[in-house]
Amino acid sequence: MGSNFAECHPVGFRWAMKARERGCKLIHVDPRFTRTSAMCDLHVALRAGTDIAFLGGLVNHIISHDRWFKEYVLHYTNAATIVAETFQDTEDLDGLFSGFDPESRRYDTKVWAYEGTVAGQPELDKSANQPPAKEGQPGVDFRRMPPRTDPTLQHPRCVFQILKRHYARYTPEMVSRICGCSEAQFLQVAEALCDNSGRERTSAFVYAVGWTQHTVGVQYIRTATIVQALLGNVGRPGGGILALRGHATIQGSTDIATLYNLLPGYLPAPSAQVRAHDTLEGWLANEMPTTGWWANGRKYMVSFLKAWYGAAATAENEWGYQFLPKNVGDHSHMPMFVAMHQRVLRGFMAMGQNPAVGGQNAVFQRGAMAQLEWLVVKDLFVTETADFWNAPDVEDPSAIGTEVFFFPSASVPEMDGSFTNTQRLVQWHEKAIESPGDCRSDLWFTHQLVKRLKKLYQGSTNPNDAPFLAMEWNFEEVDGEASAESVLREINGYTLPDRKLVKSFGDLRDDGSTASGAWIYTGIYPEEGRNLAAARDADEYVSLGWAFAWPANRRILYNRASADPSGRPWSDRKRYVWWDDGRREWVGYDVPDFPSTKPPTAKGVWAKGGMDALDGDAPFIMKPDGKIWLYVPSGLVDGPLPTHYEPWESPVDNALYPKHPRNPAAKTFNVVGNRYIDPGDPAFPIVISTYRLTEHHLSGAMTRWLPWLASLMPELFIEISPELAGERGITNAGWVTVATPRGAVECKALVTRRMRPFQVMGRTVHQVGMPFHWGYRGVVTGGVTNELAALVADPNVTIHEAKVFMCQVEAGRNAKAVLARLEDAPRPVPHVGRRERQAAEANIDRAIELAEAAGSPAEILVEPPFPLDQPLGVYHG
Amino acid sequence: MAKGFYTDTTICIGCKACQTACHQWNELPAVNDGQVELTGNSYDNTGRLSALDWRHVRFIEQFPEDRSQDGFLHGSRWLMMSDVCKHCVKAGCLEVCPTGAIIRTEFDSVFIQQDVCNGCRACIAACPFGVVDVGQDGKAHKCTLCYDRLQHGMEPACAQACPTDSIRFGEVSELMVLADQRVADLRAEGVPAYVYGKEEIVGGLNCFFLLVDKPEVYGMPADPRLPSDNVPEGLGLSALTAAVVAAGSVVAFRKERMDGMGGEPPPDTGPDTVPHTGPGGGSPGGGGPPPGVDLVAFMSAVHGANETARGRRAEPKAEGGCGGACGCHA
Ligand code: SF4
Repeated sequence: MGSNFAECHPVGFRWAMKARERGCKLIHVDPRFTRTSAMCDLHVALRAGTDIAFLGGLVNHIISHDRWFKEYVLHYTNAATIVAETFQDTEDLDGLFSGFDPESRRYDTKVWAYEGTVAGQPELDKSANQPPAKEGQPGVDFRRMPPRTDPTLQHPRCVFQILKRHYARYTPEMVSRICGCSEAQFLQVAEALCDNSGRERTSAFVYAVGWTQHTVGVQYIRTATIVQALLGNVGRPGGGILALRGHATIQGSTDIATLYNLLPGYLPAPSAQVRAHDTLEGWLANEMPTTGWWANGRKYMVSFLKAWYGAAATAENEWGYQFLPKNVGDHSHMPMFVAMHQRVLRGFMAMGQNPAVGGQNAVFQRGAMAQLEWLVVKDLFVTETADFWNAPDVEDPSAIGTEVFFFPSASVPEMDGSFTNTQRLVQWHEKAIESPGDCRSDLWFTHQLVKRLKKLYQGSTNPNDAPFLAMEWNFEEVDGEASAESVLREINGYTLPDRKLVKSFGDLRDDGSTASGAWIYTGIYPEEGRNLAAARDADEYVSLGWAFAWPANRRILYNRASADPSGRPWSDRKRYVWWDDGRREWVGYDVPDFPSTKPPTAKGVWAKGGMDALDGDAPFIMKPDGKIWLYVPSGLVDGPLPTHYEPWESPVDNALYPKHPRNPAAKTFNVVGNRYIDPGDPAFPIVISTYRLTEHHLSGAMTRWLPWLASLMPELFIEISPELAGERGITNAGWVTVATPRGAVECKALVTRRMRPFQVMGRTVHQVGMPFHWGYRGVVTGGVTNELAALVADPNVTIHEAKVFMCQVEAGRNAKAVLARLEDAPRPVPHVGRRERQAAEANIDRAIELAEAAGSPAEILVEPPFPLDQPLGVYHG
Repeated sequence: MAKGFYTDTTICIGCKACQTACHQWNELPAVNDGQVELTGNSYDNTGRLSALDWRHVRFIEQFPEDRSQDGFLHGSRWLMMSDVCKHCVKAGCLEVCPTGAIIRTEFDSVFIQQDVCNGCRACIAACPFGVVDVGQDGKAHKCTLCYDRLQHGMEPACAQACPTDSIRFGEVSELMVLADQRVADLRAEGVPAYVYGKEEIVGGLNCFFLLVDKPEVYGMPADPRLPSDNVPEGLGLSALTAAVVAAGSVVAFRKERMDGMGGEPPPDTGPDTVPHTGPGGGSPGGGGPPPGVDLVAFMSAVHGANETARGRRAEPKAEGGCGGACGCHA
């Protein structure tokens, strides 16, 4: 579900095909019949944006038909844990959980805590516009005692009973009503899943951005977690919830760490809005749980700071903690472009990113770039982003003052480096050929940039420059490029001062005697000359000798759960990791994910903290209580349980919660040219999804410039059912105009029976789909699909909702006329000349001064005190 | 030691990696530098095998008109198949080539020597599968089975690139064993699979296919004919060649072949004719049994008819007349 595996991950799909040849049953639940559906035993079409209803139906089916895996659920999940009285469910409050503040549209998540634990939502500045607590991090203070449980699962406030009540209305009829699939289809999936789970068998879910790109994206995946936990399909071979990551190393880029709110190795980035983050001790107390594996967090953080700041990181200066930049809000992509649009952000580097095409509400995003002073684009070709000032909707390019620097980039075979793939597998690749001309790798660019900046700031006494001067940067240099292996060695970590490589994160210390760039990768380079990412010794099964999977070369996380509470395999067929009584240790095919000599019968002593607090049958060691969280007491901002909310733009009412049809905590951006479509608006009656094709990659920046690939999918098209095409007089391969309040895009029609109308709550709902690979540069060009999408986001991670929104379609090439008809039509890129910019600049400096004086920089985004030629709005989040 | 491809269409995901790998290895430019129009024919935008496309992935959409809610899409399919030169055991192109440009290599593949080809186009008409095409250089081009790679112990580029192993390269006899096993497995699941390219298809195809619908659905002739099939016993091939080069029989023969294919819409009929056919239609232009109808019987009939038409093996050897060679009785 939520993935077009065959089409977007064809190489990984090889293994799905091998599994099918060996008798595995493949089911595809997806709005469209895609190349993946074509390969599956069963395709169930559902209306886009309704997966939680479908998955919630599975939860209800599993519980009400008593198909849950009792022993697994009792021991390995928080089913028995008792929740505080302050929690009230959406079923009690018409679609809201307790703790909601309608004005700020935020929840006070403290009220969802386990009974008896102090809800540790950190003290926030009033102006804080992002929740700092992350799932997996604490937020709940377990210091006092372990959470109270009722192993009989009868307590009305135990998680199991709450879960049962929460999903009781997700019946097959309700699933069918909301999703538009038939009850029979739903039941076929439910039964297949239940039949194929338990001691002898396991089932896996595979998802990708079809699940994440929603205003309830995180909760989609949470629902699958509940299903898999109830069925006992986590931590076992053939089980799991597998996230297919985007580019070849998107996994790597979150590990080490392009997200604004994470430091490498999933250490939360400090925030200026969290008072506790003012000091390292405060950060540790607030972010690192005292029980479970994360109790080791201090070692990882100190080692990380030593890797970045070397000798400048000392016990006296909190190991250089204050050198780290602190967030002042949500700096993810969309808020960043809002800030850019408001000229708060003045320079931007796009390396391997093409927001002019790939960004939601692309007209807005190009408009934002027109406000920049400078823009650096480093890419294989002169992308639409490098050429944003020359987009078709720009009337006078000379009026745009942004200075654009283009750096031609080397491509993957032209450099050493690594890919971290979906399954956390880090694979090394070697440089095969020289890059043409002046093309350089990102590593070369970054290395040279840092060297130059360090030189620039040399001798500076300005405290703002101190982090640059403190930063340790002594990678081996080969032809002006930092050696990728030397970077990997730093990521792995070493002892200080003798710089001997460490073998595992067990060797890391919190006294400054070790450094490690990202603790989870430790062990990838265990000794000189041994780069395990380059290891190529495969076997017929787990292949521990093939590359390196973090952490600790472990292939299945939480694999202690592949054995029963007493340490024996659940079944012979599914044996994977088990307790060897003779050897008194955990053994198996994989690296056990548990303290190697801690017996299954061990009793945790809570007061001791760390791993000692947990029992020998608590496999989920990254959680403070060692359990899978069916119910999430802390870490999410939009509810402890997934609930079906309609997409932000939807054709129908919410059949479950008419009063609160959409995610009440969703992030919205009330900025110019970003008008939303109200639920049920007859002017925009058609559901649209955007997506990728095999033939192109994302915004097309790597593929639309290659004639071979361009010719395979040469033009932008819309996939449309013959029924809708007939209604609108649209002919196959003829022109179509697609419109939303954000934009109008012309494309060709691909009329196909793979698309079909849905009957939802008594009416026909049409659904269309558009790939988003085209733009105005390259060998083949075409409309920018993302001009249609809105800026609106999931509140946990600020991912957009391009997988489902509403639109209108009509035959012909009428974009101009359609735009003219729209009230609040999006404006083309606003023109900002150099003189206006200089005037604005003075204002920005003044604004920053004001904001700093007020002690709450986040307010800049809310009420910029400088004049702008664009109307402004507030955004929630 | 014949080398060839076994293409299992049931695991082809239509990714076109084979097409791209072929282009790259053989340095074949994209048509019009890649600036082409959307065909509207499912996900196929290259249309056919040509002088520039030596691999071609077909997409065949089989969906009923009524796709209403309670309907499981019984019998609905999106078939994908990567087509290529069949490197026939008895190759029509080779039979008629007047210059000897087309040779059989040490791998039993059929190879066009570019420096010998004089562009007479005889081979185009003689190929029952529409594989050979003359390029802008005036010479005939088609898949070489990556002759250059084979000579260095490498497998052809397409087979190496195929992520699902839909294309397998190897010793034909060994591949056939794999294919027969796969057919048996699929049959056991109720899938009407069979091998297209056993001996009754112009004496056997070194590059053969596992199909699950009639050949025409995939744009393959049910009854491919060789030029030599039209020649009375005893008349030498050189005479045939002379005849082909000399006369209009070329046109007649080509027409016969196109009629037999039936699966390919003519390029200029416009997109509306394409792919929305119900199960009754099978596929664009196809007139055979719908998916799910007893394909075994159907194939038997086809094979029987082929042989009778050829007048070679008038007597059916086994039930159904295909001698079991097609795997349909496995
Ligand atoms: S590479 Fe393989 S899977 Fe992809 S289209 Fe070609 S034959 Fe099919």
